[in-house]
Amino acid sequence: MTQLQTTPSATVGPYLAIGLTWEGGEFAVPADTPGAIWLRGTVFDGNGDPVPDAMVETWQADPDGRFDHPDDPRGAARYPGFTGFGRSHTDSGEYAVCTLKPGRVPDGEGGLQAPHVDVSLFARGLLDRVVTRIYFADEAEANAQDVVLRGLTEEQRRTLVAEPTDDGYRLDIHLQGERETVFFAV
Amino acid sequence: MTGTTSGSRLDLPRYARTDAGLRTPLGYDDYRSTGLRAPLRTPVDLPHRLTEVTGPLLGEDRVTATDADLTKRLGGEAQGQRIIVHGRVLDSDGRPVPDTLVEVWQANAAGRYRHVVDNWPAPLDPHFDGLGRVMTDDQGRYEFTTIRPGAYPWGNHHNAWRPAHIHFSLFGRAFTQRLVTQMYFPDDPLFFQDPIFNAIPEGARHLAISRFDYERTVPDWALGFQWDIVLRGAEQTPFETEDDGDVA
Ligand SMILES: [Fe+3]
Repeated sequence: MTQLQTTPSATVGPYLAIGLTWEGGEFAVPADTPGAIWLRGTVFDGNGDPVPDAMVETWQADPDGRFDHPDDPRGAARYPGFTGFGRSHTDSGEYAVCTLKPGRVPDGEGGLQAPHVDVSLFARGLLDRVVTRIYFADEAEANAQDVVLRGLTEEQRRTLVAEPTDDGYRLDIHLQGERETVFFAV
Repeated sequence: MTGTTSGSRLDLPRYARTDAGLRTPLGYDDYRSTGLRAPLRTPVDLPHRLTEVTGPLLGEDRVTATDADLTKRLGGEAQGQRIIVHGRVLDSDGRPVPDTLVEVWQANAAGRYRHVVDNWPAPLDPHFDGLGRVMTDDQGRYEFTTIRPGAYPWGNHHNAWRPAHIHFSLFGRAFTQRLVTQMYFPDDPLFFQDPIFNAIPEGARHLAISRFDYERTVPDWALGFQWDIVLRGAEQTPFETEDDGDVA
């Protein structure tokens, strides 16, 4: 089969809010859904300053560890009110997504991944998205078995693990610096 | 592309990676904003598992009928050269990507964005907001009507001007296919000094430039431009015998 060359990426630039703002984009579930949590954090640049013009997108399984998608070989499963997808602009440097905590997802090798959220981050000054994951500090046992976390050093793991807060979890994203977040090539 | 479950192993589609030499690098020295933002450490390889081969399948509920025509907004008609931009969204195997959301945004004919941060002295157009959304059809085709955006200055270097461009955002059907990019116009005289365009490896730059499309040009109405967008395709795993055919 002929392979076509993929279209190259470009930065979202400073005016992303024009095209990528949705009413309620930050809600992967309605706020009054039982079990709803907020995932929050600040995006920092290499000077340690908050980045006020980034966009964070989240994609994750539902609380049963299922995806509403035809390529899930277990069959698509729909969780009431839940889209799995959130999109948040960092107007104050902070992202916030209202969602449900994901369940564990098979790792394809006979084990289970720890609950996690896949993250794409776009900003002026990034010529492509960067990809990272959010894990949860109160899932120590699952995290210890997770196929992705097991491949990282303790210091790297810390950059991916969100801490519990009053209304959910918090994980800051550091684009550069001593605490640079682990980013993934997908 | 539907996989099967075999024991505890999952047979999933995998998405081919574009050669590093043909991908836009994250950071590029001549584009100054990358300096404090592009991560400095090498990214960690993440094999594709369930979370990566699935993705949001955003539907018609994100799009209204008027979203495909950017020239008729805010109770009037936008100023400028009316154009039709159309093309197909394909994957790198040449298969169309149907029913996928395409989001676009752009400056007006004078090169000004309707955004609080954009305050250079070019006029705002009271009838242009610069936002469009369309879904691809069952053949992966998209089309919208807009005005040709103007070039605009920015502070990156002395006398820096962005070539005219339209910003595009695409989802495809998997997290791995997500793409945000910019479409340019043929023969733009500003390419030579634009670091965002020139950050694209030379062998891939032509893929960011639309083609003037006389066929699609509508008499007495609008010029046509065609731009196909290629997302990463599923890496085909050749069929193997039962006992070694499992991949995860
Ligand atoms: Fe722009």
